[in-house]
Amino acid sequence: MDTADRATLQSRVLVPAGALGSGVRADEVEAGLAMSPHAIALDAGSTDSGPAYLATGRSKYSRQAVKRDLSVLMAARAKAGIPLLVGSCGTSGCDAAVDWTLDIVLEIAGEQRSTPRIAVLYSEQDKAAIATMARAGRVRPLAPMGPIEDTTIEACIRIVGLLGPEPYIAAVRDGADIVLGGRTTDTAVLAAVPLMRGAAAGAAWHGAKIAECGGLCTLHPTSPGVMMAIDTDGFDMVPLDPANRCTPRTVSAHMLYENSDPFRLVEPGGVLDVTEARYVALDDRRVRVTGSRWEATPYTMKLEGAGGGPFQTIMLVGIEDPAVLADVDGFLTRMLGALQGRVRRTLPREAATIDISLRPYGWNAVSGLPLAEHTAAPREIGLLFVATAPSQALATEAAKICNPTFFHFPVKEGNELPSYAFPFSPAEIERGQVFEFHLNHVVATDGPFDLVRTRWVELDNLAEI
Amino acid sequence: MPRLNDVCRYVRSKNAGPFWMTIDLFFDGPESYSLYKDDPAIGPAAVAALYGANVTDLRRYCVDDLSVVKISFPRRQPQGGVLERDMHSGQQYVQLLDLDLSPPA
Repeated sequence: MDTADRATLQSRVLVPAGALGSGVRADEVEAGLAMSPHAIALDAGSTDSGPAYLATGRSKYSRQAVKRDLSVLMAARAKAGIPLLVGSCGTSGCDAAVDWTLDIVLEIAGEQRSTPRIAVLYSEQDKAAIATMARAGRVRPLAPMGPIEDTTIEACIRIVGLLGPEPYIAAVRDGADIVLGGRTTDTAVLAAVPLMRGAAAGAAWHGAKIAECGGLCTLHPTSPGVMMAIDTDGFDMVPLDPANRCTPRTVSAHMLYENSDPFRLVEPGGVLDVTEARYVALDDRRVRVTGSRWEATPYTMKLEGAGGGPFQTIMLVGIEDPAVLADVDGFLTRMLGALQGRVRRTLPREAATIDISLRPYGWNAVSGLPLAEHTAAPREIGLLFVATAPSQALATEAAKICNPTFFHFPVKEGNELPSYAFPFSPAEIERGQVFEFHLNHVVATDGPFDLVRTRWVELDNLAEI
Repeated sequence: MPRLNDVCRYVRSKNAGPFWMTIDLFFDGPESYSLYKDDPAIGPAAVAALYGANVTDLRRYCVDDLSVVKISFPRRQPQGGVLERDMHSGQQYVQLLDLDLSPPA
């Protein structure tokens, strides 16, 4: 197929950044619009940053950062007359996070005096409904998890299902200018418009996987945007910034990123297989990929669930005393024993529920593993104290009980008491609750629409706002 | 006897979802890759033991076109628990850098 034919068959998606709120570049978006895209699409969430965002429903990115990116993208969308698709709104894609994003969109629409048709796709799941599906044998664990139990579901504050592209396609077909999605696979939100327009499924999903983190598949990942162009035979990838480049290596290497399997990617309703994919440079900036395959499978959706655990209060001291640093491990073993003894004697009834952990930054806090014998003494360490307890009040109580020992613990019994370097007053910091992921399961559905609720917001109908 | 860091241009670790970790060994070229990709020091049993994983859960992939070995396995604990030390598993590769590899036969 020659270049002109391919251009007419292409579905071009402008991917302005790897994540909404991370900082799209207006000049890149402008350069992208000059390539006549059929949609702007990007992802706004992930589990990457930990369970707190799903458990609390709060966004990882600041409201102002998300608003700034959305302002650029909504103006570009209106100018080009193409849909804007955002997946996994507000980091976790739970209902509260989607509504938080919708609120920002409505504020911008008011400021820009625009009246886009907005489709909102909710994918937070009712715990009782998931329990019913689990009892019907429709929920399957992924390694290393065991079969789902009622208690596993009960432990979750929130559960979301990862949407596929179909609800986005339906929304765009029904005239949505902006689609705000709940939790969605990173790839599905990018693949939606090409799939709707008849692009090859393997190429659409593979292109979406490569483009999911924006500029990470380019030579200069600090330039955040890329254009993916999918046709009936393969796809082309090119950075939005004219000074940036994609090479066969930067594009193919992205299949490794945050993926357990570099060749096969399980998605709702199928598996992307790139074992036979070929990556070829079209010129010094563009890469063409062919040979990606899509194997359709019965429809499944992945579930994510997070719940709340105990609470933590922390303290930090700096230590430069060479006598301590000459035997960090011995010092910490003795100090930990003394701290635990203080807690046992002062809180005899609660002590068994309290965990005290010492983490010497500058020594082995990150790995927690023993260092080789004769490792040279560090010049200083930052010693982090973490008390974990069933309530915030009790964690703080434990920290306060430990404070004098943590502050003054001598290298040798009988020595004068040293004072280590606290950077803050009060010394104890209430860090809040520990949150935990509980679900790593998939649910078999009768199709792509079982676990999604679509709501339309018509901006010219004030009653809806 | 080379160390892993002597024959790789880049080594990284990262979560692959909240329950898995993945390590990418980017060898410094096809020659180092073919000489050392099957070295027992970075074999399934050795890596599983280093990270407290069950070797039957560990998956290992050789990406010839990129001279990359990719190793994925379940985390000791899911991301973000009480004793979390590395939320993104971003520093977990470091203990591999000094592994001694066998000299070429």
